[in-house]
Parts: sequence; C-alpha cells; structure tokens
Amino acid sequence: MNDFLKNITRFIFFILVQVYVLNKIPHLHRFITPYLYYLFILWLPFSVSRQWLLVIGFLTGLTLDYFTMTPGLHAAACTLIAYVRPFIINILTPKDSSEFNYREPSPMAMQWTPYAVYVFVLTLLHHGYMVLLEWLSFGSFLDFIIKIVATTGISMLLIFTAELLFPRKLRFRTNTA
Amino acid sequence: MRNVFLFLRRYRTFFTFLILQGVALWFLVNYNRFHRAKFLGVANEVTGRINTQYNKVEDYFSLKEENRRVHRLNDSLVNLLPGNFSRHDTSVRFVQDSIPYDTLGNYRRYLSRTATVIYNTANSQKNFIQVNRGSSQGIKDNMAVISSEGAVVGVVVNTSPNFAQVMSLLHVQNSVSASLKRSGDFGTAEWDGKDPRYLILKKIPKTVEVKKGDTVLTSPVSFNYPPGYMIGTVADINLDNTTGMYQLKIKTAANFNNLQQVFILENTDYAEQTRLNQETKKKMETAPKNPR
Repeated sequence: MNDFLKNITRFIFFILVQVYVLNKIPHLHRFITPYLYYLFILWLPFSVSRQWLLVIGFLTGLTLDYFTMTPGLHAAACTLIAYVRPFIINILTPKDSSEFNYREPSPMAMQWTPYAVYVFVLTLLHHGYMVLLEWLSFGSFLDFIIKIVATTGISMLLIFTAELLFPRKLRFRTNTA
Repeated sequence: MRNVFLFLRRYRTFFTFLILQGVALWFLVNYNRFHRAKFLGVANEVTGRINTQYNKVEDYFSLKEENRRVHRLNDSLVNLLPGNFSRHDTSVRFVQDSIPYDTLGNYRRYLSRTATVIYNTANSQKNFIQVNRGSSQGIKDNMAVISSEGAVVGVVVNTSPNFAQVMSLLHVQNSVSASLKRSGDFGTAEWDGKDPRYLILKKIPKTVEVKKGDTVLTSPVSFNYPPGYMIGTVADINLDNTTGMYQLKIKTAANFNNLQQVFILENTDYAEQTRLNQETKKKMETAPKNPR
C-alpha cells in the first residue's frame, strides 16, 4: 500500500475510533476525556511539506468537529500541533541525514526517549490549547489546569499502548519507492 | 513591492498557520453565538448518514433494556385510553380524539413524534444528540425532546432535511424552566459542566420547603416543554446565603448514556407565544411611564 492510501485509511480509522469508541465509553471522570485521533497527525510521513501539514491538520480537526458539534475547537488545536510538529522533529532527530532514512515518526525511527518527548510536547500543546479555548467560554481556572494534566496523562497512556500493541513495520526511504 | 512578496513567500507557512487558526476560531466563536456554522447543514447530513450505519449495530446491545422501557411507557399510555373511562351520567359523554379542534373546544396543544437517537455523547461540556428526524419530517428548532421513559432530554437546536441536532440537558448553555412538584415553585435547571448525573436547580427561594428526593418537573410556564415531564429528583440541598436562594443538586431522570428512542414534542402555539412575548417587550419599552 502506498503512503497516500495508508494515510487515508488511518485517517478514517482514527476518526471512527475517536467518535465511536473513545467519545462513547461510559463517563470515567469529569476531567478525563480520552483523545487519540491526533496521533494521525503525529504519524504523518516526514516528507509532507509544512503547508500540507497545516491543511491536513485543519481538515482532521474539522472532521472531528462536525461529529462532536464544536466547529473550530479541534481544528484550532490540530492546526497548532501541525505547525509545531516540524520544529520538534528538527530538534529531536539526528542532523546527519545519512543515518536517518525512515519514512515517518515512530519509536524505531527516533528512539524511545526522543519519541516520548515528541509525543508529550505535542499532546500537551493540543490539550492545553483545546482546554484553554473551552475554558475561555466556560469554567474555572483550577478545572483548566487539572483537566490539561489529566487528559494529557490519559492520552499518553493510550498512545504508548497503541505503539506497543501495533508496532508499525519499518519502511525505509529509498530511491526506488 | 518585491520585498513584500519575498517576505510573504519566506513566511508563507506561518501565514497559512495564522489564516487556518483564524478560520477555526471564527467557526468556534460564531457557532457559540448562533448555534450555527458554515456548511453545518451539509456536514450534518454526512455525519448523520455515518451515524445511522453505526447505530444499526449499536442498537442490538441494549435492545432488551429499551424494550422493557418502551413496554412500560406503552402500558401507562394504554391505561389513559378514553375507553377505560366512562361516566355514570349517561346524558354527557366525554370523548377526546386526535382531531385538532372538537366541539367541546379541546384542541391539541402538544404534538408528539417519535425519533431514534443516532449519536450521543455525555463526556464533553457541550453535549449534543443527533436524531434521525429532520425538517422534512416536520421537526423545527426549539422543540422539546423527551426520553422513552418520559424524562426531559433536551431541545432541538438545528435541523437538516433528515436529521436534527438536539442540545442535551448536559450542555452548559442549556437552561430549563423547572418547578418543584411538592410546592409548585419555579426555578431554572442548568448544568455546571461537571458531573453528567447531576443538574443544578437555581432560583428557588429559601422560604420553600425542600426535601431530598423531591420530584422536579418541567414548569407550566415554559414555551418549549410541556408541563409535568420529569427532569429529576433532588439529590442534595445547598443554601446560598448571599442570595437567599437554594442551589439544589438534581439527579437527572433520563439516563444520558443509553438513550435510544425519544419523543419530539411540538408546542403548536410556540410561534404565537414567542411573538406575543417579543411584541410585549417592544411595546413596554416604547410605552410612556404613566400610572395606570
């Protein structure tokens, strides 16, 4: 399967999981809303240009928004992490490109620690920005802080469970592909 | 001029970012104010179709529970059939049928339609429910939605031809005019966005006698909701000393986690009532302050 088809499938899969599994599980606690769909953006190939990253991020968020009836909320957060993603990747990956020939971010491609930092920073940004937007229209400051911490924690847990359960096959960047 | 273009080209990613953020925030702000967003009608049709497919599967898991509830409500309705009642006085016979106007002057004030819930969440601060009836089936904004047990669920806020979005009671902007069954006092039931099992009933003065377990019903002064439908029961009583009003914690009667079949109730007088209300406000503002 080529990258394009693979990512389209992933997009549909993540949106469906988010809308029909994670948004529908019985209420655990008022601070905890599990989010996983933005892993789609974290998993996009390195070769996607910054412009396209932004557009894809925006559309991902907007698709989820239309399911949850909050137009703009997830779109804003996704655009933010799509914008920040290249900077984080630049900092965390080796500068010598001859050693680095993987197609997309994964624990294999980046080592576990840099990958964990990458996921953590973007998760925190995504949740922080989204909860901030929610909080501006409604809520108290303490709720705001606790909610960011709690949702970030549960999302990290979900992402690493996903990484361990479904290790992606290594795809090398070659001249023939 | 060339430098401007060079500048734009150099930072085009950043500008794209700003523009997309702007669009997203514009959606967000506009939506909160008007309950509407661009393309929402189209998107509603698309998400509605996907949700319908999903719902076909999901329904199997709670069929038994739902059947039991439907049966219970049917049972109570059968008991209300006019055939069950008769008068000993044979000179007058009271019959109510479904024709809007009858010779006794009864007319139909509330019209009920059934609908199936196809998407529903309870874990956000702004929860919406999507149902499989829309404007082609006569659903309009501001109609009340009642669960199959007769408990208040929410109010219709947006419709597309075949689907409608319902603002759940579990929405921080929702507020329902409620009354205590025991004393008949009016208050406003709202949700604080915290625990989806509980609502807050405000504006009940402290002179009213309230006990835990008291029933809270929709009030007779609401335009949207017919009177007497159950909102919940009092679970906790707090007195706000600064205002002298109670802050009652209400356990919701509807279970928002497994809604399936709902009734959409139309107030046939809604347009007239709201128009009168608005005209009165306008009239009172322009009227000179004379003693009457």
